Amino acid sequence: MRQYFTRFGSLERYEKGGVEVINDDPKNYVFSNIFEVASKSKPYEKVAVGKNLEYVIEAIRAEGTSEWRAPGHDEFALVMDGEVEIRLMKLDNPSVVPPGTQGSIALKGTPAGRKMGVVRTRRGHMTLLPVGAAYQFHANRPGVVLLQTIAGNGTIERWGDICQK
Amino acid sequence: MTAHTLPEIGTIEPNQHGYRSFSLGKFAFARDEYFAYIQWPKGHHLMPVDAFLRALQRDIAWGFFYGTVNFDAVIGTLNHYGTVDLFAGRYNAHYRKAGLDYVETFKTPLIQRVFEAMLDDWTNATFDPFASPAETGSAFGPKNGHNKEAITRHRVTARRMVGAPGDEPRRADDNGFPVNRGFVDVPQDEPDVKPEPGFEDEVVAFNLLAYLSRSDVTWNPSVVSVCKNSLYCPTTEEYILPIIHGNDRVEWFVQLSDEIHWEVEDRETGAARARVTMKPGDVAAMPADIRHRGFAPKRSMLLVWENASPELPALISQGKLPTNPVQF
Repeated sequence: MRQYFTRFGSLERYEKGGVEVINDDPKNYVFSNIFEVASKSKPYEKVAVGKNLEYVIEAIRAEGTSEWRAPGHDEFALVMDGEVEIRLMKLDNPSVVPPGTQGSIALKGTPAGRKMGVVRTRRGHMTLLPVGAAYQFHANRPGVVLLQTIAGNGTIERWGDICQK
Repeated sequence: MTAHTLPEIGTIEPNQHGYRSFSLGKFAFARDEYFAYIQWPKGHHLMPVDAFLRALQRDIAWGFFYGTVNFDAVIGTLNHYGTVDLFAGRYNAHYRKAGLDYVETFKTPLIQRVFEAMLDDWTNATFDPFASPAETGSAFGPKNGHNKEAITRHRVTARRMVGAPGDEPRRADDNGFPVNRGFVDVPQDEPDVKPEPGFEDEVVAFNLLAYLSRSDVTWNPSVVSVCKNSLYCPTTEEYILPIIHGNDRVEWFVQLSDEIHWEVEDRETGAARARVTMKPGDVAAMPADIRHRGFAPKRSMLLVWENASPELPALISQGKLPTNPVQF
């Protein structure tokens, strides 16, 4: 049987495709590459690479230890490159996240709460970041997380810098 | 022999090739050894039956999906979420100009029932419409049994996330999902999950790429994670998307592995607009006024990201929302 080779991307090695216009504007396709975006980001910047009204997907460069954040709803972290430790904390006071919060809010220091556990993730691993909990990322070496969430405090939109024009 | 018709379904007696014929409103469907034949009051059309069955399978499995499911440049369906348009030539500029286009609207359960009966009768034991061409036998020839197991697969629709307690299970050898031949090199390691006592059901993670490597179908988006109306619907792709999907809302693609080429056309006329080549890590939007068809030279992993908000089609068609997601 033929042996196939599956190609993934990484911060160190990625190759972009692109939009070839026939009768259109390439900006309509909002075309970017997660690894390219993360390679130019500061650690834990939440850079939107997709947006569908209030919903976003964010490319996050994981490097060192992030701040603690608490979401107003479930979020999902998909590791695209590297190894990322995800620490979860059940908040003693969930009301630090105002009702109706979209996306997540940054918390000062380590929040008061009970440790829920730790998930050590590698490429392809998806972790639930549950509402009512806070989370913190840690990566010894640069990695990339793709976050499924809602645009909120901390979401960065710089489409003109990241997209094909 | 006179063909008798079951109400809303089709003939009882098969034709000389062993297949039943079907009618839906003023549309009529028949097949022989190689082709599916479609008739409507203003015209007729035929498709290779393998292509027809692959498209029919997706249309049924997806509940007529978001927007338009073009079986080819002539035939297809448009979902109104409660009713479905079955059309011929409606989204083909030349058929429209010639006045040969035709549309009829059906309640969803009716068209679903007729399509399911047609798929069941016309799919032989040797053919799996969900499989890549390299992984299935022939759709052609005279009637040769059924493949009900293949055409009635469970559709994955996670309520929160695959692997979460009470939600869709992970895939494994043990539950009938061996690693696909195209993904034997994909690591199968699971995340190292260390919950504190009492939080075993709340600390949840799984290997999405391993999960996808075990998909036994192609071009079949399935929900794996849910953030309100934001749905991650990854899928594995090989060969050609069996339908041309016309968007009624913006849809996003994230290429997780390998490569897919997209042909993008105007949704209404079929006029070519762009080609989009996607490689690992690439992200692209499909605007709400296009239709697209993908080509995957090697089995690949694609994350389809949908916004399932029910009000979107009306807002976009009324011009209250733009057809592209971001202005910059």
